[in-house]
Formats: sequence, structure tokens, C-alpha cells
Amino acid sequence: MKSFNKLTGIIASIPQVNIDTDAIIPKQFLKTIERTGLGKHLFHEKRYDQNNNLIKDFILNKQPWSQAKIIVAGDNFGCGSSREHAPWALLDFGISCIISTSFADIFYNNCFKNGVLPIILNEKIVDEISMLAEQGVEISIDLEEQQLIVQNKLYKFEIDPYRKHCLLNGLDDIGITLENKKTIDSYEEKLSSKIWHKPESL
Amino acid sequence: MKKTLFDKIWEQHVVEERQDGSSLIYIDRHLVHEVTSPQAFEGLRISNRVLRRPDLTLAVADHNVPTENRINGIKDNIARIQVETLEKNVKEFKVPYIPLMDSRQGIVHVIGPEQGFTLPGCTMVCGDSHTSTHGAFGALAFGIGTSEVEHVFATQTLIQKKPKTMLINVSGSLSIGVTAKDIALAIIKNLGTSGGTGYVLEYSGDAISDLTIEGRMTLCNMSIEAGARAGLIAPDAKTYEYIKNKPMSPKGEAYDKALEAWKLLPSDEGAVFDKVINIEASLLEPHLTWGTSPEDVLSINDVVPNPKDIDKENLRNAMQDSLDYMGLKPGQALTDIKIDKVFIGSCTNSRIEDLREAAAVAKGRKVADGVHAMVVPGSGLIKIQAEKEGVADILIEAGFDWREPGCSMCLGMNPDQLKPQERCASTSNRNFRGRQGRDGRTHLVSPGMAAAAAISGHFVDVRKFN
Ligand code: SF4
Repeated sequence: MKSFNKLTGIIASIPQVNIDTDAIIPKQFLKTIERTGLGKHLFHEKRYDQNNNLIKDFILNKQPWSQAKIIVAGDNFGCGSSREHAPWALLDFGISCIISTSFADIFYNNCFKNGVLPIILNEKIVDEISMLAEQGVEISIDLEEQQLIVQNKLYKFEIDPYRKHCLLNGLDDIGITLENKKTIDSYEEKLSSKIWHKPESL
Repeated sequence: MKKTLFDKIWEQHVVEERQDGSSLIYIDRHLVHEVTSPQAFEGLRISNRVLRRPDLTLAVADHNVPTENRINGIKDNIARIQVETLEKNVKEFKVPYIPLMDSRQGIVHVIGPEQGFTLPGCTMVCGDSHTSTHGAFGALAFGIGTSEVEHVFATQTLIQKKPKTMLINVSGSLSIGVTAKDIALAIIKNLGTSGGTGYVLEYSGDAISDLTIEGRMTLCNMSIEAGARAGLIAPDAKTYEYIKNKPMSPKGEAYDKALEAWKLLPSDEGAVFDKVINIEASLLEPHLTWGTSPEDVLSINDVVPNPKDIDKENLRNAMQDSLDYMGLKPGQALTDIKIDKVFIGSCTNSRIEDLREAAAVAKGRKVADGVHAMVVPGSGLIKIQAEKEGVADILIEAGFDWREPGCSMCLGMNPDQLKPQERCASTSNRNFRGRQGRDGRTHLVSPGMAAAAAISGHFVDVRKFN
């Protein structure tokens, strides 16, 4: 996994609540067997009209936000399906940080597995950042220090220490868990007392 | 200490508590489908890892599959490659698989219980948010992303933070024509789409005990629409009866032993939940959604809401946007809304009971002119049963389009889609913009309400048909 440490870039504001994963990456693009190449379809129905022409008004189609590296959005970002194609599409577009007042659980988890940093801030701050975003300013994020700086303003954010550690070092959960293989082995040995545990064959 | 159903399952599955407060949790059952698994299998290959417990895994293709002329294969190249990739992967990693042309094929959350793969007290995951469905059996079941799918493949465990618990007590009894779907919609209206975030829901109360297993699955299925990753219902005699003699469920002595363990699962009297909500079932009416979020719920005899009544500017604008997208006017009676399409199916409402409910309304009647109504059974076995019982004949005679099983228009990955501005009465679970087809308009309802709308050509109170 790509590590995440510091990030400076343009921030795009999409001031809507409940932005769902169907909106982030619609179903027709879930047929892929790859993780890459989804960036051009990010927010497909907001970015392209029915004839596949760019919708000029949409923020990610306008300069300088077409170069955005960060999105600021309303409550409950990433609700809906579990598709990890959502963070893949964001990342492939070049976005590796989302700022919101709240995130849906599965999306929030999926971000950390892909080197995307979801930042939770209170409504007032999110509104402030959103307003600054509209001026096309850059924002600097420092994960180690848990802070972001925009227009000389500094905001602190909270993050789970283990997740922070994994992001900073680009650590893969699976590798970490497999270091504990023995513990899993011994848990499984105890399962033999549950004689119903293993399914019968199909 | 008194424990909840959730506490008991959680404790039994902690492999290790980690320093940061999260736990490594053992996973007893893993369901796999074609859309969220290819990158996970690929990850195993790249890292040269084995799939630890193929015997606890079950795979099926459902999201992408055609629901007609299946014998001719999948026309869409990319979709076909995805299904073929699953077939190749299950072979390589020796995962039990139900092939597309097998009569047991169906939606992953329908076939899990149907095959006896889902059991009370187990932990269950799938790369799909509606895994919450299996909570109907008292299983701790939740959706995961593809990286976590890979984690379960490689380790049969997951790293999880212990969620909070919420008790949703539904007392009293439902009136005729009001169903589990209406309870689900009422709860989502009450909690909002993020009210359940961070919680595992437990549904209890007389109205829940009265539900059939199918109804319980419908209810648990939509827990995720309230933001909760899992919803649970304590197992009882109905649960045990349902599981008995299913192909993959325990037999003989194993069943007896399992039963002893399952009976200990229900929450202890007086166990404490982090939050409690009470709902009175007798007050519920048939519901439908008017907007583009599952929390936009009204009773059938209500009118379309007015953005002017909303104080907060961003919420007012959001409501206006939804109304514009849905092509609705404030104050319009819901029963005046005309429909173009009907979709009866999805892991929410595609089981035999749902089809019976639709057939009871459709019997001896005809689908209205200009309405295309389709029924997509949740599995091949349900389809066969409905055909045997005469449910299929009733629906076909009434003019419904009777299809092959799969996810179909619930998300429209296959050709079953709404055209722009088409309006659909759908028994599925999400009314997000574009979910059923670009610019399509989805209203979520119960199977009876969907059938009643099909017959009338507009939304109508299903109780008028009883
Ligand atoms: S029926 Fe719909 S909600 Fe259920 S698994 Fe399929 S796509 Fe997901």
C-alpha cells in the first residue's frame, strides 16, 4: 500500500450530504477485474452528460479543481455499497484525502486500506474549509502532526493511532495479521469442539 | 454480567485483543461474488499467499448475470470476463461454487441461508454491504471491502473495532398489508441514513418474533441503509426449523449440539444496550420513498413534502434537488404518482414469501397498460418453487415478466435498467440517483405495494386490494 505522510494540493468542495458510492463510481464500472483506471469515471454522472461530454459546471471539470488532491464534502460521505472501487477511483483521479463531518463505516475502512486519508472535522470547520476551497486555494495536510493548514489557518484532527501508523508506513494489514499466524492456529484448534462448525458440502 | 446477543457472538470470536483497542475476529463464513473478489484473488496470487479456509467459503455469480436467455451466455464482454474470472479463481483456490446454470444459483444473500451456509452465532462476511441480511438468523454478518475480502481469504480473520449496540424494540403487531419492508423503512426514516453508523442493531419485540424468517431477512437486510453494518435477530424455534435439513447445515448429532449452543445466544434479560429505540408496529402503514435517499420515507396516504418547510438552507436545497430529480411537486398526493416500471426482486424482497405477497395482489388482475413489471426471483430454487405452487402462473397471467434469478435491476449492472426519467416501484433497497439506471427514478416499496402499483399504474394503498 502507498504510504501517506504529507500532502499539499488544491481542494474541491462538493457541499452535499450523503454522497453515496453509487455516485462516486457507478455500477457500470464495477465490472473491471483491476484496481486501476477508474479515475476517469469518478463521479461519472456528475462529470459527463448522457452523450459523454464533460459537464463544464461540475467542480472537478473546472480549473484549478480538475487538479484537486483533496475533497471536502457534507455528512455521511461514502454511504451505500461496500465497493472498494470508490477509493480506487478517487485515488486514480489523484484524490487521496477526503474531509467531512462524518463518513459511512465501510467506506471509511476502505480508505485506510488504500492510502486514502479520511479526515473528520466539525461542521463549522468543514464549512470554513469549504468556503476557502471555492477560492481555489491549496491546503497542506500533515498526518504525523495531525494537522492541516490552509491560508495561514491551522486545524488539528483526530485519528486512530494504529490506522495512522499503517498509513504513515504504508503497512499492509494482511502481513501484520499473518505474523500472528500461531494465534489463529490455536483458535482454530479449539473450534474442533464445535462439531457443527464446518459446513457440510454443497 | 448480562450480555447481549452481539456481546456473546463477539466474545466467542475474539482471536486476539490488540493494543490499540481493536480485535482480531475469527470469521466462520465467507460469501464471495464476482464483482468484489477479482482484485482480492489477484492480491493472494501476487503475494504468493494461500486461501486459508476454502471450506468456510462459498461463491456464486449474481450481480452481473443476465436474467433472460441465460442459455446464450453473457453478451456483455466485460461482464462475461468478470464471471469467468470468478470461475477460474474458485477452481484455482478450491472454493465451493454454484455455477451460473445450476438451479441453486441466485443472489448471494438468498443462497447463503437457502443452502444452510448461514448459521446462528456465526460471524459472516461478504464483499457486499447487504451481508447484514444474515443477521436474521442471529449471525453477526456484515459487508466488507475488497481489501478485507483478501484479508479473510489469507487469514480467516478481520481486524475490527468493537461496535456499539442499539436495541430496536418493535412492539405490538402489524396490521394487514403492512410488512417487514415497512418496518425497515420506518426505522430508516427514524434513524436517518447515518443514525446507525458505528452500531450493531438488534431487533426485538412481538412484531419481530411474529415475522417469518423471510421477513426477518428483509428487515436485517436494510440495516445498512440506516448506516449500521449489521442487524441481528435472536434465533428462535422458527430459525431452527428453517435451518434443519438444509444442504450445508449440521446434521444428526452435530445439529443437536449446535442447537444447544444456539439456545444460549439470545440477549440476557436486562442486558444493557448503548441505545434503545421503541417503535409501535400497529401504527405503521404501507410506506414508500419519495426521494433519492432511503430515509426519504412517507406513508402511502401522505403528500410530497415541501422544501419551504425546511429551515436549514443546505437541507432545503438538497430536498429541492431530490424533487427535481424525481420529477415531483410539493403537495402532490403519493397516490397520484404514475409509474413506468415495477421491479420485484433483490436480496431485500425476492424470496418465496415476497412472490406470494405479490401474487396475492395480482391474482385475477392485469398489469396496467404502459407499465412493464418484472419479477426476478432471488434464486433458481425459489423460481422452481414459485412455478410449482402456481405463484409464477398467477404473475405471468397478470402480465408480469418472469425472469431468471440475480441482482438484476436492483443495481442494473446487467441490461435490466431504467431509462432516463423512467419511474419505478421497486422492492429493492436503494433509491440513490442513477442506481437503477442513469436519471432513473426509484421508489422503494414492499412486494405487495409494488404489485398494487403495477396493477393500478400509480402508487396505491395495497390495503385496498385485500
Ligand atoms: S440484490 Fe442488490 S443489494 Fe442485494 S446483493 Fe444484489 S445488488 Fe446488492
